[in-house]
Amino acid sequence: MNKILEKEHFSEKVVKLVVDAPMIAKSRKAGHFVIVRCGEHGERIPLTIADADPVAGTITLVVQAVGDSTTKICALEPGDYLTDVVGPLGKATHIDNYGTVVCCGGGVGVAPLLPIVKAMKAAGNKVVTVLAARTKELVILEEQVAPHSDEVIIMTDDGSYGTKGLVTDGVEAVINREKVDLVVTIGPAVMMKFVSLMTKKYDVPTMCSLNTIMVDGTGMCGACRVTVGGKTRFVCIDGPEFDAHQVDFDEMMMRLRSYN
Amino acid sequence: MKKNDMTSAPRDSQWREELRKSKTAKERASIPRVKMPELDPAYRVTCNEEVNQGISAEQAVLEASRCMDCPDPQCVTGCPVGINIPGFIKNIERGDFHSAAVVLKETSALPAVCGRVCPQEKQCESRCVYHKMKKQPVAIGYLERFAADRERSSGEKVTPSVAPANGKKVAVVGSGPAGLSFAGDMIKRGYEVTVYEALHEIGGVLKYGIPEFRLPNSVVDDEIETLSGLGVKFEKDCVIGKTLSYDDIIAMGYDGLFVASGAGLPRFMNIPGENLIGVMSSNEYLTRVNLMGAGRSGGETPVLTGRRVAVIGGGNTAMDSVRTARRMGAEVAMIVYRRGEAEMPARAEEVKHAKEEGVVFMNLCNPVEYRGDEKGRVNMMLVQRMELGEPDESGRRSPVPIPGAVDEIPVDLVIVSVGVSPNPLIPNSVGGLEVSKRGTIVVDDVTMRSSLAPLYAGGDIVRGGATVILAMGDGRRAAAAMDEALCG
Ligand SMILES: Cc1cc2nc3c(=O)[nH]c(=O)nc-3n(C[C@H](O)[C@H](O)[C@H](O)COP(=O)(O)OP(=O)(O)OC[C@H]3O[C@@H](n4cnc5c(N)ncnc54)[C@H](O)[C@@H]3O)c2cc1C
Ligand code: FES
Repeated sequence: MNKILEKEHFSEKVVKLVVDAPMIAKSRKAGHFVIVRCGEHGERIPLTIADADPVAGTITLVVQAVGDSTTKICALEPGDYLTDVVGPLGKATHIDNYGTVVCCGGGVGVAPLLPIVKAMKAAGNKVVTVLAARTKELVILEEQVAPHSDEVIIMTDDGSYGTKGLVTDGVEAVINREKVDLVVTIGPAVMMKFVSLMTKKYDVPTMCSLNTIMVDGTGMCGACRVTVGGKTRFVCIDGPEFDAHQVDFDEMMMRLRSYN
Repeated sequence: MKKNDMTSAPRDSQWREELRKSKTAKERASIPRVKMPELDPAYRVTCNEEVNQGISAEQAVLEASRCMDCPDPQCVTGCPVGINIPGFIKNIERGDFHSAAVVLKETSALPAVCGRVCPQEKQCESRCVYHKMKKQPVAIGYLERFAADRERSSGEKVTPSVAPANGKKVAVVGSGPAGLSFAGDMIKRGYEVTVYEALHEIGGVLKYGIPEFRLPNSVVDDEIETLSGLGVKFEKDCVIGKTLSYDDIIAMGYDGLFVASGAGLPRFMNIPGENLIGVMSSNEYLTRVNLMGAGRSGGETPVLTGRRVAVIGGGNTAMDSVRTARRMGAEVAMIVYRRGEAEMPARAEEVKHAKEEGVVFMNLCNPVEYRGDEKGRVNMMLVQRMELGEPDESGRRSPVPIPGAVDEIPVDLVIVSVGVSPNPLIPNSVGGLEVSKRGTIVVDDVTMRSSLAPLYAGGDIVRGGATVILAMGDGRRAAAAMDEALCG
């Protein structure tokens, strides 16, 4: 049982939860995720750790209400409990001084991007962060990424904020403007697919973080499998980060629809 | 047998001598083997109730009297942990069911579980003297289950005595049969014991894998409650190597660590179409149904169901999956196995039950490809027909493809059950730990100690996919050896 300490609405369907989880707060690194369960009959849901405070013993999760289980989690209030929180799971992001790193995220994908932005900056990189959303209200975490980015570029589909256009347009503009050593992309599978196709054109190494269906998150079931470089890999233990140019996004998107 | 001399029911005790004389061998041999009362197949595929209903006290006493109480009982040598089998059986024959349970618990931490899931026909029962007489062996498994169940329901539990606290503490990774039996033995020896489990439930494969119709959760929960009652602490949702590292465990002051993390990693066959929707591992299927309650009222976890379900493999996991599929509404549930029925590793009883439940057996068939519809859902399986060739290194005749004999079989769910590899979490996260090529932790055969002095390991993480009784036995040996090393 893990207590919810704080809650903030980023938008109608997206909430930030600060959760009591001292052991996880201490051991987690950028790129790690947790599996949570809400209620005795609840599903196991993977959520990336957006932030953590090892001193306070808390982790921050950003949850988008997309199905029954996430809707239930989003309805929790401070003082309520998550039935289970287990982690940190997955491999941590490989942080290095690459040079110039473009971190791009769409939707709630910005939440898992935040710790990577922070860590990349701390490792001495020039960090350009590209945040994309359909419309102004859905742009999240801009204030949190800004102090750790050399530049923040906002893209909205409807042009209500920042530049009108897709995340790919924003990243491509940077690539055309200066030498980019690494692109990190997190967000909906279709977004990562197009970012990856675009960066491949320019031969810029690209890392993505995959959010497949999971059950246990410890390598036990294979629900999370994806094809990377022609081989089947388990996202929960081999990932969640992979070389985007090697990922079969079409298969991944197909598998994400397993229960639709 | 030396082991027998150390038990509470040695062969030369007076009561056993008298019991032996009470019936002639001929009288004993003339009694037919007891039949396990079972739920009707038509009914049982509609529910999750335990198929085997258990034998009555009268049946048990009669069956026990079939046992000849041999001077050199071969059944004991067939038991991977050397249970004093005639000792407990003769207690049943004289009507002292409680003492029968006491004898079982001298060697086995989980008799109610093992009585249900051990492959007796390959172990103890395969060595029974009755085979020489061309008769059916004594039903040792049924009797083991009887004694253990009787003990649980009698309210007179065999409560082990717990030694005074010795001030030392040990940690256990994983709460399957290996971890549970180790925990039980160490708490009795006066250690402080904490079991760390990655999942949100305690029990390992006994909970997430083996279905309720074969092993009711209440049987497993009962064992866990006993351990809790003795003072074992259980920490769920804690992945060693992730939440806590090996170094954290040592820094927390644990004097020893027993790794029983199982063989959790499912294998796939790497054939075209294996990542289509509706193709999944048996671990995923069984976990969704057994652990997460998919398909049960209130369960929020979904599971795909199918009208025509193919389960690939011939082991216990395959039988559990195919029988679960029948219970989840499959009209046609098939076992697709590349060897013949004689080579199937599953317990004979599971194969029999599956057949009674209408499961179709496609033996000597190997899937080579899956095809799907426009949405990516599997709808076709291509199987290669096989024939048996020369025996391979496992001694089983190896299957070879019959050229050109490939059939298309419509399916809408495929469950891949072709084995598991050791869970890599611990081997990958503990520096300096010796690991085999297969990914198992290397330990001393006798002490179960690894290349790191405080770390012992047992069960499937050491053996690859093995059995409950071997896992249980490893836990007990590791406990004895660790105790010797820490307090001896
Ligand atoms: C479906 C199925 C049916 C079977 N049927 C039979 C049968 O009829 N008869 C028989 O004898 N055997 C059977 N087996 C095999 C038997 O269940 C196993 O051999 C036995 O359970 C192994 O026990 P174990 O304690 O080593 O591991 P497990 O039972 O696998 O338990 C390991 C536990 O460790 C946990 N864990 C793993 N890594 C970590 C970590 N890093 N930190 C914390 N916890 C961790 C896992 O979540 C799991 O709960 C069957 C197996 C399956 C899957
Ligand atoms: S979620 Fe089960 S193996 Fe990855």
